[in-house]
Amino acid sequence: MFSKEEIAQRIAKEIKDGYYVNLGIGIPTLVANYIPKGINVVLQSENGLLGMGPFPFEGEEDADLINAGKQTITTLPGSSIFDSAMSFGMIRAQKVDLTILGAMEVSENGDIANWKIPGKMVKGMGGAMDLVASAKNIIVAMQHINRAGESKLLPKCTLPLTGVKCIKKIVTELAVLDILPEGGFKLLERAPGVSIEFIQQSTAGRLVIEGEIPEMRLD
Amino acid sequence: MINKVVSGAEEAIKDISDGATLMLGGFGLCGIPENCINALVNKQVKNLTCISNNAGVDDFGIGLMLKQRQVKKMISSYVGENAEFERQLLSGELEVDLIPQGTLATRCLAAGYGMPAIFTPAGVGTEVAEGKEVRNFDGKDYLMEYAFDADFAIVKAWKGDTAGNLIFRSTSRNFNPVMAMAGKVTIAEVEELVEAGELDPDYIHTPGIYVHRIFQGKDYEKRIEQRTVRKVQ
Repeated sequence: MFSKEEIAQRIAKEIKDGYYVNLGIGIPTLVANYIPKGINVVLQSENGLLGMGPFPFEGEEDADLINAGKQTITTLPGSSIFDSAMSFGMIRAQKVDLTILGAMEVSENGDIANWKIPGKMVKGMGGAMDLVASAKNIIVAMQHINRAGESKLLPKCTLPLTGVKCIKKIVTELAVLDILPEGGFKLLERAPGVSIEFIQQSTAGRLVIEGEIPEMRLD
Repeated sequence: MINKVVSGAEEAIKDISDGATLMLGGFGLCGIPENCINALVNKQVKNLTCISNNAGVDDFGIGLMLKQRQVKKMISSYVGENAEFERQLLSGELEVDLIPQGTLATRCLAAGYGMPAIFTPAGVGTEVAEGKEVRNFDGKDYLMEYAFDADFAIVKAWKGDTAGNLIFRSTSRNFNPVMAMAGKVTIAEVEELVEAGELDPDYIHTPGIYVHRIFQGKDYEKRIEQRTVRKVQ
């Protein structure tokens, strides 16, 4: 089974040279630590920055320079700053190559729910609805099963939706899966030591298994 | 030339009265108009509708206005950092309209560009779409969202000049330029106010035509919400 760090490490392998990437909060943020050496990737922060750098050294924090998670960050050579409308303009116009975000539930037709649990305090969708509605390529980093052992990969989402038919790929602690255009979770890889039977048991939606399913590799 | 320069926040907000609709710039606590918020708290105007990406924290930003129950309705994309907000929301004292962040920004932009509405795919097929017109362009559905109509836009810039031209610094730019364009009356507080002619026209982010009142703010706290650092190697 994969740790959160390993999920992030596996997703990082999907990032290609020259990509502009938007990383959501949580596991997606960790992906930045594993971007393959030798490739040039520009991170977009939707509060208005392209070219997000690492956290500042202690004493060099700048209250005017934060990411979408409101954390103090830095810029890099080649960074640019813009307003919120332009930021979502470039997202809507599909200039951002890859969006990586977390989810509470994903359905077999690619719907995602990640912003609201009825009966609990609703914090808001932030930029998630804009991102999922427009991104040309979205990878979801999520837990396959919840603490009660129930699947979060479902025939149909039970929580209020963030977007419909938008998710293409999912990486969980158990597996890497694609969502097929006609619907269904296609199993691509399994985490080391995880059996296909266990993935089947843990997937409430339609799971498509064809041929050999290799173990995920992180190198 | 009309004098846009006012003495300070009190004068800038003097005609904001109960029931007004305000836009307030900032993302989290970054780039918020601290001086004007404090003046609104002191003035104790009530029943305000506030359009702002976030709602501050308990003891800073719009949170200060919430604490005094000055806000009737918040229109925001994310409001997670405020316990008083949560209390008022759950008790029904506060009305909240949560909208996607890009929709929020673009509804401001539309107002500033003189366009009555926009079409965005954000929220299609979700509860955000309820009651909204859906149009299909090239096989994809879009929601029609109206331009905002705000009585006042209150923004914070880094530098400004007496002609109302504004320059923002780093990611404190965020919603400020689009809100500056969108208010019927736009109030700008700046860290440094200079004479017209001192700012290079090529580097202006918001042209002065959008700004009606400007003043140099004071005592900026610029609070950091999440102080994250790395160790020196």
